[in-house]
Amino acid sequence: MEQIVTVLIAMLGGAIRVSTPFMFVALGETLTEKSGRINLGLEGNLVLGAMVAYATSYLTGSPWLGVLAAGGAGLVLGALHGYICKLPKVNDIAIGIAFMSFGTGLAFFFGKPFIQPSAPHLEAIALGEWTGNSALAQALQVNPLFFVGIVIAIVMAWGFKNRKWGLVVRMAGDSAASAKAMGVSVDLVRFLATAAGGFMAGIGGAFLSLSYPGIWSQGLSSGQGLMAVALVIFARWDPIRAIIAALLFGAAGAIGPSLQSVGITQGYYFFNAAPYILTLIIMIVSAGSKASAREAPGELSITK
Amino acid sequence: MAAETADLAIPVKRVSNVRVLRVAEALAIPVGAMVASALIFSIFLLIIGKDPLQFWSLMWTGGFGSSFSIQNSMQRAAPLILTGLAFAIPARIGLTMIGGEGALVLGGFFAAAVAIPLVSNLVPPFITLPLMAIAGMAAGGLWIGFVGWLRHYRGVNETISSLLLSYIAIAIMNFFVEGVLRDPASANKPSTMPIGDAYRIGSMPGTDIHWGFAAGIVLAIILWVLMSRTTFGFAARMTGGNARAAKAQGLPVGWLMVVCCMIAGSCAGLAGFFEVAAIHGQANASLVAGYGFTGILVSFLARHNPLTVVPVAILFGAIAAAGGVIQRRMGMPDATVLVLQGTLFVVLLVSETFYGRFKIFQPGSLGDRV
Amino acid sequence: MTFNNLSRRTLLKAGAASLAATALPFGIARAQTAVILGIVYVGPKDDFGWNQAHAVSVETLKSLPGITVVEEENVPETDAVAKSMESMINIDGANLILATSFGYYSPFVVDCAKKYPDVQFRHAAPLWNKDKDPANAGSYFPYLNQAHYVDGVAAGLSSASGKIGFVAAKPIPSVLSNINSVLLGARSVNPNATVQVIFTGEWSLPVREAEATNALVDAGCDVITCHVDSPKVVIQTAEGRGVKSAGHNASQAPLAPKGFITGAEYKWETIYKSYADNIAAGQPLPNFLVGGYNNDMLRNTAYGAGATPEAITAADAAIAELKAGTLKIYKGTLKDNAGNIVVDKDYDNYDPYLDGMNWLLEGVQGSIT
Repeated sequence: MEQIVTVLIAMLGGAIRVSTPFMFVALGETLTEKSGRINLGLEGNLVLGAMVAYATSYLTGSPWLGVLAAGGAGLVLGALHGYICKLPKVNDIAIGIAFMSFGTGLAFFFGKPFIQPSAPHLEAIALGEWTGNSALAQALQVNPLFFVGIVIAIVMAWGFKNRKWGLVVRMAGDSAASAKAMGVSVDLVRFLATAAGGFMAGIGGAFLSLSYPGIWSQGLSSGQGLMAVALVIFARWDPIRAIIAALLFGAAGAIGPSLQSVGITQGYYFFNAAPYILTLIIMIVSAGSKASAREAPGELSITK
Repeated sequence: MAAETADLAIPVKRVSNVRVLRVAEALAIPVGAMVASALIFSIFLLIIGKDPLQFWSLMWTGGFGSSFSIQNSMQRAAPLILTGLAFAIPARIGLTMIGGEGALVLGGFFAAAVAIPLVSNLVPPFITLPLMAIAGMAAGGLWIGFVGWLRHYRGVNETISSLLLSYIAIAIMNFFVEGVLRDPASANKPSTMPIGDAYRIGSMPGTDIHWGFAAGIVLAIILWVLMSRTTFGFAARMTGGNARAAKAQGLPVGWLMVVCCMIAGSCAGLAGFFEVAAIHGQANASLVAGYGFTGILVSFLARHNPLTVVPVAILFGAIAAAGGVIQRRMGMPDATVLVLQGTLFVVLLVSETFYGRFKIFQPGSLGDRV
Repeated sequence: MTFNNLSRRTLLKAGAASLAATALPFGIARAQTAVILGIVYVGPKDDFGWNQAHAVSVETLKSLPGITVVEEENVPETDAVAKSMESMINIDGANLILATSFGYYSPFVVDCAKKYPDVQFRHAAPLWNKDKDPANAGSYFPYLNQAHYVDGVAAGLSSASGKIGFVAAKPIPSVLSNINSVLLGARSVNPNATVQVIFTGEWSLPVREAEATNALVDAGCDVITCHVDSPKVVIQTAEGRGVKSAGHNASQAPLAPKGFITGAEYKWETIYKSYADNIAAGQPLPNFLVGGYNNDMLRNTAYGAGATPEAITAADAAIAELKAGTLKIYKGTLKDNAGNIVVDKDYDNYDPYLDGMNWLLEGVQGSIT
């Protein structure tokens, strides 16, 4: 029983600690894909954002300035992606993968001098002091960005339904022809949505380097940006579901280490792969082709 | 930016054949893009205070400058041809299947696992090696075939399922390699039982390149014929163009998807077989080398054409081979190659927008009238 | 049609030799240097760990006369390393290759050594076999578990709970030996000490390393140490949780100003300098060069604020004994944590039996499968 509690607390902590970068990248990609464009390259934004955030925080002493700079770096990559993809015959998936390589390369190239130094971190908010349980208190050390992500998701979900900008984005994504008929510049909408998506992915990177695990190194991301983009499909282009997917993914990632800590040690490779296995099972069980097809933006090249 | 290659078009002027014009365009635009990205990267080098001339001459030395360098580039290209094909074939039917990495790892693992009883019973190499290859291709083929099946029959998006299955494949390999199939002698690097030198595939005669390179070229040709000269390929491409219309025409869309995915997985699994049989002699964590992911880029730059995959893979091999020389001679970090690759990819992909834009390559233009 | 026969017959070698002799227009003037040393790293050179420890030591060679160093980082354990080594030989004219990652050895270093008999290859793990492997190859390796034993001694006296957490990459002998040595060190000063281990399954995976550190602290460990490629995350996370830490590979002392105790560090420069001296003196390089505290191949990081005065005294005493060669780490009768007797006599610190270790001692919580 005690073991189950330990694992559950670890999963709660894991959900809060690990989910934030997935959240930001997935939300950014949701916005981009809702507008009818896919940016598979947010891994590049994430890694470049992580490096820029760490470097800025180290050089200026202000981690929040680092977060902003990371968003800026992501914005530039996203805007480039958005601009290039509006050219005729250019494939957005291919450009995304090229930008993954480009962003990662820039981050590694210019990030060399920042591997060694220690930069100031983002301070977490201690929400669990009252519990008197050190593990629970630790699990409830929440980074402000976690709440920012949730707020963004709620605003997005509300905006998609109730605001004109939400409608415009959805229309650009569902039917370019009808958007054009309404006088909406589809290219401009997609450009802005891709740039904004890039901005969010950059902030996700800032969380990695300035909060958890809180370092800058070349092995920092291990494909989290790519996985987060995949989670958007899992979440069926819904911001709230994207948040839930990120939380589940973070919680599942804590299963491996925490099972070992309570003495269940055999087969740890599979426990460590739990996030991937669980996501796949959920998709197989839940994905009726009709539901997901209905919710996919009609213009999206990946779902056509 | 591709305009500076106009000189290439001069001989074209005298020919009025549409096909020649198209070939000329298909050569001039990528070459122009490569020149453009070289210029952009040279500016980058000047800004960071490095000598572009030294850089490019070292790139040439390391990639193509000698018999050794050329073979180095080709050897590095070998797995990329196969993983490039693994992305290209599903792409032709409209699937973005990014799980080549997992299929390669699983294929290599099964090839090595099948070899264990065969080698220990002294079954001769000419029987063992084909069985290993079949095991690798079957493992990869079924693994990615499952992706196609999920896509068509369960509506599970193939991009996400193939990515997830890659991570799971790596976990399976690690579990067995560090568990029941671990060679006790592989102390500090858990591996399966080595197949031994007698069973290892050597290099192609007179070269230092392993046979996976030749296999890749043969498969590229076969798959090119399959995709562009057969009914199957026509049906697959039609499905890729518009799946709904293809279905309305009575094409077996689901079956086509599963078969294309199985072909893809078999290509990646075969790459895994060669990694085991020609390089490592056993399966271990070194199979996870990122070839599957690089194959995605190879395929995109080759516009998913199986034949074009070959030169693009060699270009990637050359950049990787030359990257080492750049590190050693210019003291630049390994990430230099990533920046160069990223620049090259972006510019090459952007150049696609210029197809059909230059009058000189269009029938009825200047070229036709002369 | 074996691999080796074919390789020997290749035209390549002749072509490559002529290239190295004639065409070196790109900067390396071969006539002035006796040694061109090529070194290959598996990760980035500045990883706060394994690769950095090598790179810092190689740096000390660059100033020596007669030595040119060429370096390549992030070279995976695939044919890429074979090609990188060959490229160093063919294009740069390297005549001494240092391959610094475990998985480089078989088959890559062995095959390359057979193919280039005039080039010396040395590999950083005790794998060279006199009977099987070529004479121009060889091994060098410091037994870091001696320094981890010292970590254990200091940790055992700096911990309040007696529970030490260990974040480990993979269950392989060199890692298991470090875990067991931490336990034995801690038990030498605190018979009730235990070590709890979590395997991450990868050499470098920052997020999971942080999760593992948190899980160990949650389980009650108040000293954390590790064996992963880049220990920065583990040490930093432990410091953030307010527990003490002991380092690995290189110095992580600056990362934990409050809780750092000490750390196990390699002194690769001892080995690299001795190679340079051998070459300068025209002597052959030793094929097998291993050691520990007794021949100056290890050190412990200077004690941090987390080390208690008793811990420092006891750890210094252990270091003195190891230097003198009087301390045996695996001795007496020891059981593994499944109850089997795995040590039944006093073993020399370099006994080959210990190289094949596949057990965790009683007192270690964790399993290798």
